Amino acid sequence: MDLSYGPQYDAFREEVRDFIGKHRDQAPKGQGIRSEAVRNWQKLLIQHGYAARTIPAEYGGHGGEPDILKARIIGEEFAAAQVPGGLGSQGISMLVPTLLELGTEEQKRQFIPPTLAGEMVWCQGYSEPNAGSDLASLRTSAVLDGDEWVINGSKIWTSTAHLADWIFCLVRTEPDAPKHQGISFLLFRMDTPGIEIRPLVDMTMAGNFKEVFFTDVRVPKEQIVGSRGEGWYVANAILGHERDTLGDPNAALTRLNRLVELMKTETVDGQRAIDNPAFRDRLIKIQARVTAMRFNDLRVLSSRLNDGSTDTGLARMITKLQATELRHDLEGLGIDVMGEFGLMYGKGPHLRDQGSWQNHYMYFLGLIIGGGTSQIQKNIISERGLGMPREPKAVIPAEH
Amino acid sequence: MEFGLSEEQGLLRESVDRFLDDNADLDRVRKFADDPDDRGDDIWSGLAELGVPAILVPEAYGGIGLSALDAAVVAESLGAHATPAPFLSTAVLAVAALRLAGDEAQRGAYLPRIADGSLRIGAAMSELSGARQDAGVEARADGTLHGTALFVLDPDADIFLVADRTRRFHLVRADADGVEGTLLPQVDRTRRIAEVAFTGASAEALHASDPELALQVIDLGRVIVAADTLGAGQEMLDQAVAYAKQREQFNRVIASFQAVKHLCAEMAAEIEPSRALVWYAAHALDEVPDEARLMACHAKAHLAEVGQFVGKTATIVHGGMGFTDLLGLHYWFKRMGFNRQILGGPERVREEAARVQGLA
Ligand SMILES: Cc1cc2nc3c(=O)[nH]c(=O)nc-3n(C[C@H](O)[C@H](O)[C@H](O)COP(=O)(O)OP(=O)(O)OC[C@H]3O[C@@H](n4cnc5c(N)ncnc54)[C@H](O)[C@@H]3O)c2cc1C
Repeated sequence: MDLSYGPQYDAFREEVRDFIGKHRDQAPKGQGIRSEAVRNWQKLLIQHGYAARTIPAEYGGHGGEPDILKARIIGEEFAAAQVPGGLGSQGISMLVPTLLELGTEEQKRQFIPPTLAGEMVWCQGYSEPNAGSDLASLRTSAVLDGDEWVINGSKIWTSTAHLADWIFCLVRTEPDAPKHQGISFLLFRMDTPGIEIRPLVDMTMAGNFKEVFFTDVRVPKEQIVGSRGEGWYVANAILGHERDTLGDPNAALTRLNRLVELMKTETVDGQRAIDNPAFRDRLIKIQARVTAMRFNDLRVLSSRLNDGSTDTGLARMITKLQATELRHDLEGLGIDVMGEFGLMYGKGPHLRDQGSWQNHYMYFLGLIIGGGTSQIQKNIISERGLGMPREPKAVIPAEH
Repeated sequence: MEFGLSEEQGLLRESVDRFLDDNADLDRVRKFADDPDDRGDDIWSGLAELGVPAILVPEAYGGIGLSALDAAVVAESLGAHATPAPFLSTAVLAVAALRLAGDEAQRGAYLPRIADGSLRIGAAMSELSGARQDAGVEARADGTLHGTALFVLDPDADIFLVADRTRRFHLVRADADGVEGTLLPQVDRTRRIAEVAFTGASAEALHASDPELALQVIDLGRVIVAADTLGAGQEMLDQAVAYAKQREQFNRVIASFQAVKHLCAEMAAEIEPSRALVWYAAHALDEVPDEARLMACHAKAHLAEVGQFVGKTATIVHGGMGFTDLLGLHYWFKRMGFNRQILGGPERVREEAARVQGLA
């Protein structure tokens, strides 16, 4: 056990702190992903190597050497200072890594620089009304007609579809192949004729995700990542990246500290929530879970750092499940300590922290479902982690 | 940066595992449980050959002088094997008390004999983490002890380490006049505890004793108990998964039923972060003093909850067989139940965690 990062990293941490201290005024304050403030901040962060650190400069990144510890220090310091870090949009966190791995040189040059800069915004078109957890059964079809794919079908739960310029989309191109081998990974513009976006309101009452319908949408043949029929494998490379970003222990810690402050100020009958032993007990329970997840993360990080010398496969596999459930519970405690004030939502009096406790409580329920539900995570943990057999296939059709 | 066990710690774990696999299997544990005269001497002397009682004893006193994390690694193995051994009382609590609160002569007199496995010290310090009924021991100016200690760990020891009401330590011979122990039958048959009455027994005070040091001894004890639960919980999960892979119902192994798989996944999902927490808490005892007490509290309380969950869930995965004595799964279940209460139950320990942070 050696938890020191070493002197060169202490110096680096100072640098990051220095940067944040000097520039925090320029950080966006809740402006949307399409705002100039966000783009300028992103540009500044890339320049200094605090975003897109290891992405080659020729693709618009900072061009730094891969260094897991530096990446972590950046994450820690931005979280501690409560200053937004680099953009974590689906385009940046999911598509860019995939293109780097599997894209053609031309695709890299065309898509990565504007995506990193926040100028090209993407949405992820995977889920369909009949293909959620069982994503590989998706039906949206793409048929080659001359030099173009012709796409028909629909997607659902497509986050930020209304803000996106482009979509990375899974479509069925080989209807006769086994279901995992009939899928291709296409990239196309959201303003292509034949695309219709319909609103979907989620439980937070925000309209962040949408339904997207495709009618004879024509897409140039070469806008495919990987070969025909390889889309499932291309997409899975991305899912790995997504799971890694969902369980950010720094964010949980920041939120826990906020919860402690809230408990010191909220009172019932003149008693502060922190002075109520039942609430205090729940707080410390959650604090232990947050602490355990922080060290779980450190253990996984350390294994990656030392070339996977120790087996932390299970420790990694449980992260999405545990981190999302934990955040949901943590936000729920925030509501409980406020009691009736915890119900306040929308714009009105008595709001605490801009209503974020209710908002996050629901948002993290969404994350428990999105990106592979908790049940699917448990399938993965038991099958890949514990070597238990897959459920035998049985077809039990729905009642009509 | 390296978060995890060193190669040496891996080897230590392997050597203790191997010895216990060969010499302290469940049949051996059952014999200890059934025979009150069996002190498990063969087990302790075998562990002594591997250096287990010497782990925390400084080299100057014939020990190996390793860290709390090394002791936690051993505790994991003992928990995994549900081993009856005076590790917590003698090798951890007594060694820590002597190191922190003993003077040079006392350390020289006792530590080498602990290290070589020839001296067993029982721990009468339950009152430090909560006095029940009217238990408590008073030390008089003439060096005699008066009162009752409850839940004394390893009462078939040669000497007792006694914490008095002012949180100062004393050593007293178990066979001295004025020391009367009564075994307390309890659910975990891999451990023995007693109620010990002191009626004017002559004791030797640990000269550098002070109340804060006693709490540091408890911190260490709590991490070691948490590590024991970690090992026991991992063992129960392993047994549940192995059993599920060979037990068949409805013409298929029950490990292919999703309900069963999810129970196992949930156990793994609780155990993995717990492992990191216990290791860090042990590391903090030696290396991060500012966080040591808080982390010890978190490890103790969190593992109490995880242990309870895993004990229940792994038993359910075994069906009726889990409930029987045939398989002996309950030895681990009960061991974790014991670990949950001893040195402070989770609610109490969480309250201490709040206090450490100025929140209570
Ligand atoms: C906030 C949010 C954002 C999202 N953003 C996007 C996006 O941008 N792009 C996109 O493509 N998708 C997105 N999704 C969709 C998301 O990936 C799916 O909702 C998710 O995969 C679950 O699919 P489903 O909704 O069809 O539920 P279903 O698959 O119908 O699941 C319903 C229930 O059945 C359970 N279940 C299903 N199969 C199994 C099984 N094999 N074993 C055990 N239980 C099972 C599930 O756990 C769940 O409890 C988003 C979802 C949310 C909530």
